[in-house]
Amino acid sequence: MDFTFNEEQLFFQQTVTDFLRDNVTAKHIRERWETATGFDSSTWDALAELGATATLIPEEMGGLGLGFDDVVLMIQACGQAALPEPIIDHSFIAAPLLAQIQQHTPSDQVAELLAAMATGESMVLTAPMINPYLNFADKAAYLLVQFGDDVHLINNRDAEFTSLVSVDRSRRLVTAKCRPNGSTCLTNGRLGSDMWQATLNRGALCNAAQLLGLAEALVQQAVKYACDREQFGKPIGANQAVKHLLADCAVNIEFAKPVVYRAAYTVNVAPNRADWAVSHAKVSATAAAQLAARHCIQVFGAMGYTWECDVHIWAKRVWALAQEWGDTGFHKNRIHEWLVQPKALLGPEFTFGRRNIRDVEQID
Amino acid sequence: MELIYTPQQQDFRMEIRDWLREHVPATKLASFDTAEGFAAHREWEKTLAKGNWGMVTWPKEFGGRGCDLIEWLIFEEEYYRAGAPLRVNQNGIFLLGPTLMEHGTEAQKARFITAMASGDEMWAQGWSEPGAGSDMAAIRCRADRDGDEYVINGQKIWSTRAVFADWVFGLFRSDPESTRHHGLSFILVPLNAPGVTVRPIEQLNGLPGFAEIFFDNVRVSADNLLGGEGEGWSIAMSTAGFERGLMLRSPARFQQASKRLVELYRAKRNDILDLSIEDSVVQCYMDAEAYALSTYQTASRLQSGAKIGPESSCNKIFWSELDIKIHETAMSLLGPRAEVEHSDEPDQAMIAAWLDGFLFSQSGPIYAGTNEIQRNIIAERLLGLPRR
Repeated sequence: MDFTFNEEQLFFQQTVTDFLRDNVTAKHIRERWETATGFDSSTWDALAELGATATLIPEEMGGLGLGFDDVVLMIQACGQAALPEPIIDHSFIAAPLLAQIQQHTPSDQVAELLAAMATGESMVLTAPMINPYLNFADKAAYLLVQFGDDVHLINNRDAEFTSLVSVDRSRRLVTAKCRPNGSTCLTNGRLGSDMWQATLNRGALCNAAQLLGLAEALVQQAVKYACDREQFGKPIGANQAVKHLLADCAVNIEFAKPVVYRAAYTVNVAPNRADWAVSHAKVSATAAAQLAARHCIQVFGAMGYTWECDVHIWAKRVWALAQEWGDTGFHKNRIHEWLVQPKALLGPEFTFGRRNIRDVEQID
Repeated sequence: MELIYTPQQQDFRMEIRDWLREHVPATKLASFDTAEGFAAHREWEKTLAKGNWGMVTWPKEFGGRGCDLIEWLIFEEEYYRAGAPLRVNQNGIFLLGPTLMEHGTEAQKARFITAMASGDEMWAQGWSEPGAGSDMAAIRCRADRDGDEYVINGQKIWSTRAVFADWVFGLFRSDPESTRHHGLSFILVPLNAPGVTVRPIEQLNGLPGFAEIFFDNVRVSADNLLGGEGEGWSIAMSTAGFERGLMLRSPARFQQASKRLVELYRAKRNDILDLSIEDSVVQCYMDAEAYALSTYQTASRLQSGAKIGPESSCNKIFWSELDIKIHETAMSLLGPRAEVEHSDEPDQAMIAAWLDGFLFSQSGPIYAGTNEIQRNIIAERLLGLPRR
């Protein structure tokens, strides 16, 4: 039983955090809003250079062969920076799906694509049925599209995209129309539906980890403002009413962290048996981030309601990610369905699952 | 990160489970806030001590097993799973014990820890005074040095377990010229000493769970001073750290309660009109598990050499509010039966247990530092907001 991160994992987090702090600031993000694509290739290339795009692809397929417990802190760091580029969707959602397909039904086409994904040269994103609006999908070279249980690999030029404008200007939403056929289908049936279930879990986990980072960044900004801004001759942060708003955010964040990290571990070990852990993570991180957005805007006062103040960069991302990869209702329902099953293994001895208990049959 | 128990840890779990299966009393003991119940709980502590299960994390020489924190969590999980009696000596074993090990002399450890572990001596806390509640540094109760004795005068209040306990530990002002957190000393006082008057205070449930203690020229040996004279504040803070941080409320308690809540919900869900109940049940189960995960994470960190940090102040807010939510939800599920404290109905014991837990949950956000004080601590020490 060891619930700590190792030195390499912490080092990877630090490297990415340092890069993002210097290269993806609020100013840089606002500059992207003024461009047609909203996409900064140099940021993408630099993160690929750091290895982000290769992490979850097995070594024999040209990647680093790491797991979600190795990258969850990095995903959190991307949330902290409110990174616009869809590096997470590419590296931690699309890449493991494609790698899984390659494991079951190897093909040269997928092998080549995985190698190009690992270097960041080709962007691949997913189009699951749970997400009607796709972020940056029209910029991807390929899409992994869900039709029922099928996984289809669709070339960008074979899809028809319609743009929508997100409240979060960093997100570039589209809907995609495409015609799947036998030649685009990579996997189907039971295997396909298992893969989409695992993909949904990875997607919701990635959102949860980002939401955690977004919440932390929001609180940091509000704390700084509450220390600087003075009224009645003292910093507003000296008032208990303000302190307690932010303390409540801190409590939610502290208790969402281990939940998200446990989900990362579980997705790594068994992505198809991670529904409970992932749904818990998504619900907790969403609640923490939504409270942080709400309370931090309040701490900033009228400034918090302006376009000029940077808080909305983070708050709007929270509002968007909260609904993606299953909203709170979807995830609470998954937990509820499990809780009402008479066979559900409840109680403290099952916190880490059934495989931890030797005499599970004897129980009760 | 490896979230799986080792074979040794699994064996340990089974060893506890087997022992508890044989020893936990078949019928629930009376409340330890009654004379009869206190005596029964004292006997249970002795039974635990005989099996060396009294305080598994303590060194073997003090009746423990030298267990690490993960093993302690496993012990607690099995303890609550078995429905074993609440720990009547929790002030002693969870708070004073660790403090004695850190700050006590060898003679003090030998004298007090052994008797505490064996269940022979029960402890009450003596922090608050009528004028020193959340503002504990306003303590006025005096301990004047007279030769090799202290002479204690003044009053303590809200002393949990003091009505039936044998000893009280607390903070006393040993330097009459001092103010605030200076000049305070941590002293252990026998409650049967001449000049001690204990006046019970009835709690919300009508039982004398805490008391006022009056000290009228009470003489105690200077050997009962823990740490140096005037160092009481920092020693007390280390006790408070244990209390808020890790040991006071182990997650298993809330996980077991939320499991019972799910069972109650399954039985009643077809009669529910309040749509928010389903959500509350899900939230309670998740939060209890989140508290467990957080504790495992902290235990892992401490075992790898880290120190407990200001983030531990978040714990007390989280579990005390969770406890209220679990019991409020149960009250909603029980409907009109929720208020019935005594009746001849066959399921009355179950109803009474929920009601008792509900009443007790009201105290959670108040004791061990109110949640308002905890929020101040989080804001100032974890987030870095200005004190004033």
